[in-house]
Amino acid sequence: MNDNRREFIRKTGLGVLAGLGAATGLFSKSSFETAEAQTTHGASTPGKRWGMVIDTRKCRDGCTKCIDACHEVHNVPDFDNAKDEIKWIWKSPYENVFPGESKQFVSEETREKSYLALCNHCDNPPCVRACPTRATFKRSWDGIVAMDYHRCIGCRFCMAACPYGSRSFNWRDPREAIEKRDQAYPTRERGVVEKCNFCSERLAQNLNPACVETCPEGALTFGDLNDPESEVRMLLEKNHTLQRKSELGTRPSVFYII
Amino acid sequence: MIEKALKGNRSYWGWIVILLVIISAGVYSYINQLTTGLTLTGMSRDVSWGVYIAQFTFLVGVAASAVMVVLPYYLHDYKAFGKIVIIGEFLAVAATIMCVLFILADLGRPDRVLNVMLYPTPNSMLFWDATVLNGYLLLNIVSGWTVLGAEKKGVPPPKWVKPVIYLSIPWAFSIHTVTAFLYAGLPGRHLWLTAVLAPRFLASAFAAGPAILILVSMILKKTTGFDAGKQAIHKLSVIATYAAILNFFLLGMEFFTAFYSNIPGHMHGLQYLFFGLHGEGQLVPWMWFSIIVGFSSLLVLLIPRLRKSSPWLIAACIGIVVSIWIDKGVGLIIGGFVPSPLEEIVGYTPNLNEIFITLGIWSIGILILTVLLKVAVAVKMQDE
Repeated sequence: MNDNRREFIRKTGLGVLAGLGAATGLFSKSSFETAEAQTTHGASTPGKRWGMVIDTRKCRDGCTKCIDACHEVHNVPDFDNAKDEIKWIWKSPYENVFPGESKQFVSEETREKSYLALCNHCDNPPCVRACPTRATFKRSWDGIVAMDYHRCIGCRFCMAACPYGSRSFNWRDPREAIEKRDQAYPTRERGVVEKCNFCSERLAQNLNPACVETCPEGALTFGDLNDPESEVRMLLEKNHTLQRKSELGTRPSVFYII
Repeated sequence: MIEKALKGNRSYWGWIVILLVIISAGVYSYINQLTTGLTLTGMSRDVSWGVYIAQFTFLVGVAASAVMVVLPYYLHDYKAFGKIVIIGEFLAVAATIMCVLFILADLGRPDRVLNVMLYPTPNSMLFWDATVLNGYLLLNIVSGWTVLGAEKKGVPPPKWVKPVIYLSIPWAFSIHTVTAFLYAGLPGRHLWLTAVLAPRFLASAFAAGPAILILVSMILKKTTGFDAGKQAIHKLSVIATYAAILNFFLLGMEFFTAFYSNIPGHMHGLQYLFFGLHGEGQLVPWMWFSIIVGFSSLLVLLIPRLRKSSPWLIAACIGIVVSIWIDKGVGLIIGGFVPSPLEEIVGYTPNLNEIFITLGIWSIGILILTVLLKVAVAVKMQDE
């Protein structure tokens, strides 16, 4: 009887171990250890991870060259009203771009300046988690959070999920409000969401993003955050930087030198 | 069985015609929206969901509340609900269809809605919501219709329908829980980022749903003579009372956590809704109206003598429904977007076209409910 029980326990134990072993083998890609990489504060994705450092000390107040360039090359419509507004990159005051940061005794200069805001191409993007059709997704090879305008159903769940207000919706036909149509990038249709794409179409031609290239002050630096030798990493090493709402664990790829 | 909906008196057909007229206005407005775009709504990039999603949220609760008659009747064999259970199930069917229609009305590209099923995405709560809602619709149509069909023939319902009914019980809780997860899992939307959102949804649903059920039963009694029974109505009013208490208790929890912790982000949503934020308080009168009407109705329900008198009960039920509709159907969704992620205050006022579409969808739901209940009442009263 006792022997029987011991035998039973031994066999069950072996069975469980064998099962676990088989499971790790079968699901090697998502085996038990890699779950750690998925947690909020774990390591970021391997391979390239495009990122940007914005030196706000160099950014000139009143200058909108980067915004104009971006909106022009991407055929972003200008409806001239807040309700239909679509924007990929824009400027807002300190307290709006960094609502969680220090609010008391902020220097007059910081308070009165406006700061660039754009899609953060988060390493852990809540919009991608929310999208019911994978119309918005993080590219595994370079970390860009991209949009498939042809799959988007226009539910705007991603807009509710984005903690940075980086997404816009085509409430009406955008083609009516595009002044100069750029043939190099597609226009969108009514009823889909859009946002900054880190100029993936220009990166494919080994060009820097339009905003980076246009800035006359060189305030924007673009590069691979996973490459320790890259210019962006050098800047991050030498300066104290901020990420917008870093407490949310989204791991933004856009950094600010204040 | 459906042929029973084709025989009715003048007021029945008059009612149908009124609903059809409102539905036509809704269809016309929807065609406008399809051809011009969602710019014909009050929504913007800051308040990107409005009255459609708010109605959807409220109606998921109404749908889920059918479980408050199904569970006692089928699981606890509570006989007094024998006549009302079919009304609950058909109310759930109508409410779920309205939910689906409100989601469709809100989509920028409704022609692509099947992408949700073509590219199933388990990490998206919307995928799960679509799945559980459609499942719930099917469960309620099948169980309601089958049981009623058997009753018409005077035979006991087939055995296979029992497991379907049992499955619909946890399923009802799931639809409202998953709906809460749509909002509660989003970082940076402080009003929604709360663990009591799903419990609060269930509590408000189990208050407003039975209240609607009581009102529907009263209307049926008046128009058709079909009596769901005093005991059933009384029991439902008790359920609504306790659920309403729980709902207000949970709302109080939200206030305590936000204001005692004093964390600005957590306070902003409630401040905007109830007191105004930076001088902006578009919804303040609505929210206080909701609170006052809700509490007074609860007070009426708490006094047994008043609860048992029809006029008081009707008033209290209307009050509970209105209060919760404002709380869930106006405040919760719009309040979640204000202030915006950049802490800007952007208002939202539904556009006329949007209101017509909303009324149209409500009328479609009420028409479906009317037809289903017409059949149900005809079957239930065939022996009398």
